[in-house]
Amino acid sequence: MDLVFQTLVYGLLISGLYAMIGIGMTLIMGVLGIINLAHGQLMMVAMYITWVLWQYTGIDPYLSIFITIPFIFFLGQGISQYLLYPLIKKESILPENQVLMTVGIGVVLVELIRAIFSSDYRSVRTSYTDASIHLGPIFLNVPLAIAFLISIFFTIGLFILLTKTDLGRSIRATAQDRSAATLMGISVKKITILTYGIGSALVGAAGVLLLPVYYLFPDVGPIFTVKAFVITLLGGLGSPIGAIIGGLVLGVSETVGATYLSMGYRDAIGLVIFLLVLVFLPGGLKRITKI
Amino acid sequence: MGKLKIENLTKVFGGLTAVNDVSAEIKEGEIFGLIGPNGSGKTTVFNLISQFYPVTNGKIIFNGHDITKKKTYEIARLGIGRTFQSVKPLKRLTVEDNIMSAAFAREKTSAGARKVAQDVLEFCLLHDVSHMNAGGLPIAGRKRLEIAKALATRPSLLLLDETTAGLNPSELDTAIDIIKKIRTELGITIVIVEHIMKVIMNISDRVHVMAHGSTIAEGTPSEVAKNPTVIEAYLGSEFIMEKR
Amino acid sequence: MYRNEKIKLFVINRIEWIILASAIATPFIFNFSPYFQGLLIFVLLWVIMGTSWNLLAGFTGQVSFGHAAYFGIGAYAAALPYLHWGISPWWGLLTGGITAVILGYVLGIMVFRLRGPYFALGTLASAEILRIIFGEEKWLSNGHNGILYMTTWVSKYPYYFVALILTIGTILSVKIVMKSKAGYYFLSIREDEDAAEAIGIDTKKYKNIATIISTFWAGMAGAFYMIYMGFVDPETVFALHNISIITILVGIIGGVGTIWGPAVGAVIMVLVQELFRSSFFGLAPDWVSRFHAMAFGLLVIFVILYVAGGVVGDWDLIAKKFRLKKSAEQ
Repeated sequence: MDLVFQTLVYGLLISGLYAMIGIGMTLIMGVLGIINLAHGQLMMVAMYITWVLWQYTGIDPYLSIFITIPFIFFLGQGISQYLLYPLIKKESILPENQVLMTVGIGVVLVELIRAIFSSDYRSVRTSYTDASIHLGPIFLNVPLAIAFLISIFFTIGLFILLTKTDLGRSIRATAQDRSAATLMGISVKKITILTYGIGSALVGAAGVLLLPVYYLFPDVGPIFTVKAFVITLLGGLGSPIGAIIGGLVLGVSETVGATYLSMGYRDAIGLVIFLLVLVFLPGGLKRITKI
Repeated sequence: MGKLKIENLTKVFGGLTAVNDVSAEIKEGEIFGLIGPNGSGKTTVFNLISQFYPVTNGKIIFNGHDITKKKTYEIARLGIGRTFQSVKPLKRLTVEDNIMSAAFAREKTSAGARKVAQDVLEFCLLHDVSHMNAGGLPIAGRKRLEIAKALATRPSLLLLDETTAGLNPSELDTAIDIIKKIRTELGITIVIVEHIMKVIMNISDRVHVMAHGSTIAEGTPSEVAKNPTVIEAYLGSEFIMEKR
Repeated sequence: MYRNEKIKLFVINRIEWIILASAIATPFIFNFSPYFQGLLIFVLLWVIMGTSWNLLAGFTGQVSFGHAAYFGIGAYAAALPYLHWGISPWWGLLTGGITAVILGYVLGIMVFRLRGPYFALGTLASAEILRIIFGEEKWLSNGHNGILYMTTWVSKYPYYFVALILTIGTILSVKIVMKSKAGYYFLSIREDEDAAEAIGIDTKKYKNIATIISTFWAGMAGAFYMIYMGFVDPETVFALHNISIITILVGIIGGVGTIWGPAVGAVIMVLVQELFRSSFFGLAPDWVSRFHAMAFGLLVIFVILYVAGGVVGDWDLIAKKFRLKKSAEQ
């Protein structure tokens, strides 16, 4: 019984991070109408920055958020301004041109990091990495608990931004109907670029929070890109609340699967759920038109 | 025997009844007009006949066979060609290749399909632009390409959905000529949805009027034009009051 | 001038035969190092993969992000009978393609009801699941340790000819299909599925036909890879990045929806990577070699931004730019 609880708690904690990854993806999907296949790679870059800061200047991962997030935010803005936005008006054989661009960007990010840092595994071992709190029979891993709390903080902050501010309303309006948003006087270009920045910052933050309990190598990016789209699709596409639910489903089922099935199948569980949903609930997931 | 028979056709989207108990019988060789105000369900009827949506209730009988449960491509192969109100050219293929793709419905070889395409190109006055990409055609050309694609499948019944909308007067005359020739020269039965009264009254043998998904009248163009319910549906009840 | 034009025309009209002849003659004329021979074989492998992907994505509009699934299953179709029963992997050249077709058909049942993004992601997920299964199930595939096999020949040239035959088969089958009814149907499906149904095209059936041809050659490439390398492991043959994505990028660079695009893309890909890997034959400082994969990624970004049709697809555009420059210089 304890093991069940322990597993569920662990799944819940990790799902906070997954939700953040998923919301970033959802925002980008809503406003740009694309699946961002460079999502996990942006996260990977954030993790490497955090690692460098910790390794060479000793800055604590949680403090480095204040450096990493702005960096990833501007990186994301640059990518969407110079690489993604110009493609909107371009005719191409495949409608997925922007998605293929994110694939290219992902490749460049991974290979750039590999060229600089090699493929070696790295990790950040802080004094609290293995610390845990006992709550009755349950262990709470401290960095994971902190990550959970911070991710909730970010998520609530994002919801306030989306629902209470003019900027947030503009983002939602653009996601619903680009041309109507333009007619309402919203600068769709500005919002598009900004949204990619915000999405990147969110997934970047998740990376920073994950680093104390995870390990790091260049190909960690693609793994999380795949997780991000699983989360987003499970959540029904395009809604931040859905992304939270998707994050929860993935987080819990992954940990349950890793505990009771096999550790090796951990990363396959989300994919299997994803395929099952495609096969058995195809109507429930057909909402976006472009990839 | 009727060419196409629609019996108590009904379509419900969620809670909205888009087509409500519509029946009609189209005779071999006639031009049958389907008219009604915006949102009256005309295009939905077309989409039901060509099975883009599953039918909620009712039957569609073509040449004596029930086709209610067939698939879209089977409908086309049985001999019902259709055009789309919002045109759907195969944009990055040439006009000729567009028509060839359609001609393969009855032809096995490229040579055969090319020959059919040549005839259709001539018929629809598209031979001058046959090597242009379909995406680059002006609107009149795209509308004619819709007809051409449908014709290339060699249908015995043609569903034309607003193929004259957005045309200037001279283009309109060309289009009307082509539609008339489809019947006289090719002997194809036509069901036509149209907003432009000049067209529908000019070429239809009979007209079926719909409003809010239901049938409100059917008859020859002149009969229908005098029908008070029809006038009311189009112009509102005040108009009739004034006229009296 | 007139003579030059004539020669040019002669070359252009027979370009495919000229390429073929030089591909056959190459091993007899040049005494390449084994390393370079290996490169030639890799180019051919990528031509097969790119062309196979292009039939499904570029011509039929079904963008697969999981072509590694078919490559990998083809490789294992050659390797598993060897592991379990000692049957020669060469039989893979028969079974590899067929196994991939079966996999493609099963996946097709799942993913072809899906349009656009779901199709792409469904294929990606399938390949990833296979990678994990073949890594975990040791009884089946020897897990991450992979399967080892003593290759038949020491020289690489025999393999080169096998790869060349597969490559010719791939390109030829795509060329023939694209001139037939099926080819027109593929393009119609790519352009507009609703319009395609309306002109009598059984879109599901023709997507399956495209899948069968495409997955067959991807599976054959996988089987050949196993025979040639003498080694297969799940991380290599089911790789999302090194197989599925590179396959897509090869297609994009060369030109999506053109017969020769992926072939040109494969040559460019290997060329760029090798130029960087060798630090431009030692002319540039050593650290340049570490950026070989990134250089290719940057090239892809450049192509998508400025030559969206790829090198072959937008050749007229590229040639025009060069010509303009030339005349400006004169």
